[in-house]
Amino acid sequence: MSIVGTRVVRQEDRNLITAGGTYVDDLRPEALSGAAHAVFVRSPIAHARIGGIDVSAAKEAPGVLGVFTAADLGLAPHPAGPLPEPWLADGLVRYVGEPVALVVTEERYQLADAAELVDVDYEPLQAVVTVDAALAGETLLFPEHGSNVVQVHGAAEFDDAIFDGCEVVVTQTVLNQRVAPAPLEVRGAACAWGEDGRLTAWLSTQNAQMARGQLAASLGVGEESVRVIAPDVGGGFGAKIGADPEATVLGWAAKQLGRAVRWVESRSENLTAMTHGRAQQNTVTIGGKRDGTVLAYRLDVIQDAGAYPRLLMLPTLTELMAVGVYRFPRVETRSRAVVTTTTPIGAYRGAGRPEATAAVERAMDRFAAEIGLDPAEVRRVNFIRPEQFPYQSPTGASYDTGEYAAALDKVLDTAGYAELRAEQQRRREAGDPVELGLGIAAYVEITGGDGAGESGRVDIHPDGSVVAWTGSSPHGQGLGTSLAMLLADRLGVPLDKITVRHGDTDEVPNAVGTFGSRSLQLGGSAIRQAADEVIAQARELAAELLEAAPDDLELDAGRGVWQVRGAPASTVLSWAEVAGRAAGGKLSADVWFGDGKPTFPFGAHLAVVEVDTETGKVELRRIVAVDDAGPIVNPLTFRGQRHGGLGQGAAQALLEVVTYDEDGNPTTATLADYSFVTAAELPDFELVDMVTPTDRNLLGVKGIGEAATIGSTPAVHNAVIDALSARGVKHLDMPTTPIRVWAALEEAGKGSAQ
Amino acid sequence: MKVSIEVNGRTVTDEVPDRTLLVHFLRETAGLTATNIGCDTTSCGACTVLLDGESVKSCTVLAAQADGHAVTTVEGLSGADGDLHPVQRAFREQHGLQCGFCTPGMIMASVSLLADNPRPTRDDVRAGLEGNLCRCTGYHNIVSAVIDASGQEVDR
Repeated sequence: MSIVGTRVVRQEDRNLITAGGTYVDDLRPEALSGAAHAVFVRSPIAHARIGGIDVSAAKEAPGVLGVFTAADLGLAPHPAGPLPEPWLADGLVRYVGEPVALVVTEERYQLADAAELVDVDYEPLQAVVTVDAALAGETLLFPEHGSNVVQVHGAAEFDDAIFDGCEVVVTQTVLNQRVAPAPLEVRGAACAWGEDGRLTAWLSTQNAQMARGQLAASLGVGEESVRVIAPDVGGGFGAKIGADPEATVLGWAAKQLGRAVRWVESRSENLTAMTHGRAQQNTVTIGGKRDGTVLAYRLDVIQDAGAYPRLLMLPTLTELMAVGVYRFPRVETRSRAVVTTTTPIGAYRGAGRPEATAAVERAMDRFAAEIGLDPAEVRRVNFIRPEQFPYQSPTGASYDTGEYAAALDKVLDTAGYAELRAEQQRRREAGDPVELGLGIAAYVEITGGDGAGESGRVDIHPDGSVVAWTGSSPHGQGLGTSLAMLLADRLGVPLDKITVRHGDTDEVPNAVGTFGSRSLQLGGSAIRQAADEVIAQARELAAELLEAAPDDLELDAGRGVWQVRGAPASTVLSWAEVAGRAAGGKLSADVWFGDGKPTFPFGAHLAVVEVDTETGKVELRRIVAVDDAGPIVNPLTFRGQRHGGLGQGAAQALLEVVTYDEDGNPTTATLADYSFVTAAELPDFELVDMVTPTDRNLLGVKGIGEAATIGSTPAVHNAVIDALSARGVKHLDMPTTPIRVWAALEEAGKGSAQ
Repeated sequence: MKVSIEVNGRTVTDEVPDRTLLVHFLRETAGLTATNIGCDTTSCGACTVLLDGESVKSCTVLAAQADGHAVTTVEGLSGADGDLHPVQRAFREQHGLQCGFCTPGMIMASVSLLADNPRPTRDDVRAGLEGNLCRCTGYHNIVSAVIDASGQEVDR
């Protein structure tokens, strides 16, 4: 029996549970012995002109090796053009948390004392905190750009004629609030220049090779002069893609001082200076017939990009996935991205797709409520049907495979949907102040959508051991175990003889890394392709050794031996014997899986909540989920990815939001203030399996890293509103905190009293 | 000041600044880097260790306060022969960890929880671990791991 598809505990774990991982701050290599420590002085004010920076007192503080500002760096801002982001603030600050100066000291405990002595003269400017203020344009972040709008995409003008013939048209603005990725390990880096003039940068990153390119370009050296090592990484969720500006400044300072320098931010810094996610204000308009058929859908996206536009593909990705799982005949989308005096927005688990799903799933519920049909029924009427695949969406996506109605039916059957609706009705008739709410979300998302491929290398040594290098960059997903399982299956080598390595640009020079749930479908396919090349090499060698034609040889993947088809069992060759005869002393294949077509995982979630209408308190009681990402390599880690996604997605609906006051001061800058979800606020998750393969990669797999996040947020959000629907509440923005629920009930009560 | 702490059965003595936090003493002086720092407000629990058998967040304890006391970190849990502690074994078996950063603190908090409540319900575990944050697992498998470590059957 193949090991693929069986439950395998992770190879990664033993060290993590006995000695702890080796994260950036744990590194003790020779090159970092005696390393100096660094801290960034950050802007405490949202928008200001810098009148001057006096570093003289800081330079005199105990242990200080250097204090650096933009004037010292002399590095060209990035990117070129009208919207540059300086490495250290240059004349202006545009968000609280923006790096203004770097202080380097001998000892870590000297950092805070010295940083406090850096005297920055800020001349405050008007903060621009909301997208409405940004669009109004009374204060511009980049006056030379002439507008706070930094990207416009999609329909030039909306055409109301798309709603012609609709019996019902509903419009709703849906806020997809700003949240903090908040990996448990904050950002950190260590930089050391060798005597050979090469920089080694240890970086908490999802993409060492991308970071190498960024560091080389920003520091003005060739890529061959930079080695980036991603050690164990304590979570990323999209917010550790590549290298952040701090890494460049650290690399520069290490060179300037002729000394290795290390940096780990504090959590307060992390919550203001690591990119945030989501931050879209979306207006949906949906129209259709009273039988539930949707005829037209419009999505108008306003992306808050934060102070510096770091990832403007987010709103366009939201447009691409606008219609979700539905065959809407007439669709129009538009997006605008604006800058505000807040932390820059970047990728966060789902990155553009959760926003699309949240918008369309709220729209479907609003439409269903308006025509008085069950939200499940309205979805069934409009699902793209299995026979329509591959499906060209009106926004330009090419969906591979899907069974959308089957996914929803499985979830509703498992949950006991009819009984739950009956229970909801019973409570209402009894006047129970604790309402039951049911929330449905059906979703499709895009994984590996970047179009690039991934690298994979497999070596088999004369001792029979297998070493593989992946261009993917796992940081908690358990991909190493999954790749080892693929190799064990293909080669017939036991897991304990297989080692998977990654994350060092000297070992893996060419790679893309981990984001967009791309790793198994691309990194896994690359490893499969490399394994097959090694098998092809071995077939030739084994044929020579056994004096047979290559075509007559077969690999018995159950035992991991080569044999002549139909010949006695005595004439077999082990991998060790074949590898021992290979030119160069080992079998080796180094490949690029370049056929990187995106895939479209899908699923359906049902959330069950109780809402106490007297206190506004929401309790998430159940969440039942189908997340179909094709064939499953390791059910243990596959389920783990879904659990994590469900937790983060539910957290956005229930609890989490990054907030600023009217002057742009962050009010959620510590974990005491930010409502990071805990174990006590989540239920056990009920997972239902479903497997619909894709034909777009060698393994038939789709990505699972983000899928459950995408479904769970609107499911929980819809459930809360469903609970309040009989009391006149039609919509309420996330997070559905007690005060918001209470306010929504108050508002609805006023309406019904009139 | 001079601080002497018994860490995982070994006495570690050093002259450290008065304001040295226990977590920094463990990481820098004792050289035990499993205990991590995830926040600056005693919110995340990544730095949880046992101080005389009781779980504490070592970012909010001065090394000086632990002077003369015994501290256990995750490095001190497994047996001399490398045998895993039941909580360690259960975290692995139930996939109660992903990136591993919260894990040493989560395991130590779980050891403490089980010492107080040897047969907890899943809700007991959720309430007992409220002070330990994890961003990867959605907590489901962490709860299962603690149930497993308590000798009860994991049914989901």
